Amino acid sequence: MYRVVLASRKTVEWIGLLIVAFLFVFPFLWMASTAFKTMPEVRQFPPTLLPETWEWSNFAQAWESGPFLMYTWNSILVAVGILILQFLTAVPAAYAFARYKFPGRNLLFGLVLIVLMIPGQVIFLPIYVQLSGWGLVNTLWSLILPYAASAFGIFLLRQAFMQVPDEVIEAARLDNASEWKIMWTIMVPMAKPVLVTFGLFSFIYHWNDYFWPLIMTNSDEVRTLPIGISSLHMSDGGTLWNVMMAGNMILILPILVIFFVAQRHIIKAFIYQSK
Amino acid sequence: MRKAATVQELPGVSQSKTEVRSQAFAWSDLASRLRPYLYLAPALICFVLFFFYPIGSIIYLSFQDWSLINLEQMEWVGLQNYQDLMKDGDFHQVLGNTAVFTIATVGIGLTLSFLLALWLNKKAKVYGIIQATVFSPHIISLVSVSMLWMWLMDPQFGLLNAGLEAVGLPAYTWLTDPKSSLLSLIIVSIWKGVGYNTLIFIAGLQSIPGDIYEAAALDQSPWWRTLRRITIPMLSPTIFFLLIINTISSFQAFDTIAIMTQGGPINSTNMLVYYIYEQGMDFYNGGIASAASVILLILVGILTAVHFLVMSKRVHYR
Repeated sequence: MYRVVLASRKTVEWIGLLIVAFLFVFPFLWMASTAFKTMPEVRQFPPTLLPETWEWSNFAQAWESGPFLMYTWNSILVAVGILILQFLTAVPAAYAFARYKFPGRNLLFGLVLIVLMIPGQVIFLPIYVQLSGWGLVNTLWSLILPYAASAFGIFLLRQAFMQVPDEVIEAARLDNASEWKIMWTIMVPMAKPVLVTFGLFSFIYHWNDYFWPLIMTNSDEVRTLPIGISSLHMSDGGTLWNVMMAGNMILILPILVIFFVAQRHIIKAFIYQSK
Repeated sequence: MRKAATVQELPGVSQSKTEVRSQAFAWSDLASRLRPYLYLAPALICFVLFFFYPIGSIIYLSFQDWSLINLEQMEWVGLQNYQDLMKDGDFHQVLGNTAVFTIATVGIGLTLSFLLALWLNKKAKVYGIIQATVFSPHIISLVSVSMLWMWLMDPQFGLLNAGLEAVGLPAYTWLTDPKSSLLSLIIVSIWKGVGYNTLIFIAGLQSIPGDIYEAAALDQSPWWRTLRRITIPMLSPTIFFLLIINTISSFQAFDTIAIMTQGGPINSTNMLVYYIYEQGMDFYNGGIASAASVILLILVGILTAVHFLVMSKRVHYR
C-alpha cells in the first residue's frame, strides 16, 4: 500500500515537472514553428503544431526587410566595445578597492554601490541632453560611452581580487614587479572565471538592450538588432506573425547557443547579483 | 600617512636625518599614495559624467520649462512642473498602473518562485534541467519575449484563445481591452522573471545549515511549522533582497509597454518610465518628463536607502 502511494506521488511529481517545463519551453517552440509557416497556415483554426510546408523564405524576408546586416554589426560593435571599456576601467578600480587602504575608500565604494542600485532609466533625459551637447547623439558612441564603467563589474572583480592570497602578491613584489604589472599579469589571470562570468553578463545585457538604443538613435546606420526586430511588427496590412517570429529567432539564437554552451557560467553571472 | 608617523615615533632618530630621508622618498611616497586614486579615476570619471552629474542635472531640469527641440531655450518655472503633474489625471493613472503592476508582479512572482524553489531544490539531475529551463526567458531580449506573447495573446489567431476555445471557454480580450491589458503585461513579466527569482531562492535555501533541519526532524516538527519557524526566517535576507530588486525593476518597466501596448488602450498600461519617455521624446515636455523622473528617482532612492540600512544592520548582527 505504502509503495503504491509512493509510486503515485512520484508520477504526480513527474507530471508537475513536465507541466513546468512545458510552460517555459513551449512558447519558444511555438515561435520556431510559426517562423516556418505560411501566412494562411498561421491564420488557420485549429492551429497546426508543426508547419505543413516549411517556409524558409520567412527568414530571408525578415532579414531583407531592413538593413539587418548593419543592425547585427552595430549590435556586435556596441556589445564588444562596452565589454572592452568595462574591462579596462573595472580592473584597476577593483584592484584599488581590493588591495589598497586609502582615505575615502569606503565612501567611494559606497558611491559604486549606489550606481549599482539606480537604473539608467531614471536619468536618460539628462544624459541625452549632455550627449547631444557633445554632438554624440545618434552615434555608436552614445550607446557605448554611458556604459564604459560598470559598477557591477567593479563589485565582482573586487571580490575576486580580495581572494587572491597575499603571498602571491608579496612574491611578485619581491621580484620587483611593478604594481601595474602585478595587476594585469597576476591578478587578472587569477580572476579569469569571474571575468568570464562578468563578460557573459555584460554581453547578454547589451545585446538584448532595447531601451537605450531606442532613446539615443534615430537612423538605421547606428541602430541595433533589437530595434530592427521590433520594427518588424509595424508592417502594414496585418501583422506578418511568421516573418516576425523568424526575425526574433535571429535575435535570440546567438544567446540560446551561448546559454547551452556556458549555462553554468551564465546562471552564476546573473545570480551573483544577490551577494 | 602610516610611514610618516612611524618615522616620527622612532626614538633617537635625529631630526635632520629624518628630513633628508623623507625628502628623498617624497616623490615615490606621493606616487604610491596617489596610486589607488589613479586606478579609480577612469571608472569614477565615467560615473560622474554618466551618473552623478545627470542626477544633479535632472533635478535642475525639473524646475525648468524646456524641450528637446530647442535646448537653448530654458525658463525657470520653480515647482510648476510638479504642480502640473499633480493636477494631471493621466499621471495619477500612470502612478496607479505602476503601483498595481509592481505589487502584482512582485507579490505573485515571488510567491510562485518561492514555491518552485522549495520544490526544485533537489540534487537529481532532472531538477537542474528544469531550473535552467525556467530560468531561460530571463536571458532572452524583452523585445522577443514581448513579440512572442503578443502573438500568443493575439485575439483572433493567438494560441491562448485557440486553447480556450478548444476547451469550450470564451475567447479572452488580453491586450485589446483596458480591463485585461495590465493583467496581460503582469503575466508576461512574471513569466520572464520567475526563473531568476527561483534560482536566487534556491541559492538561499542551500545556504541554510542542514543541522537545523535535522534538529527539527528529531523534534518531529510538521513541515508547515519547519517552513514557518525555520525556512522563512532563515531566508529573510534573500526575501528582502528579492523584494527590493524586483520592485526597482518593476518600476523600470518599459520594453513590454513600448512593444505590446504603447501605454494603451486608453492609458491602461502606461507606467512611469514609458510616461517619461512619451513626455520627453514624443511630446517634447522636457520639464514634465524631468519632474516625473525625479519622482521615480525618489522612489528608487528610498528603496536603495532601505536596502543599505538593512544590509548594514545585518552585518552588525553577525
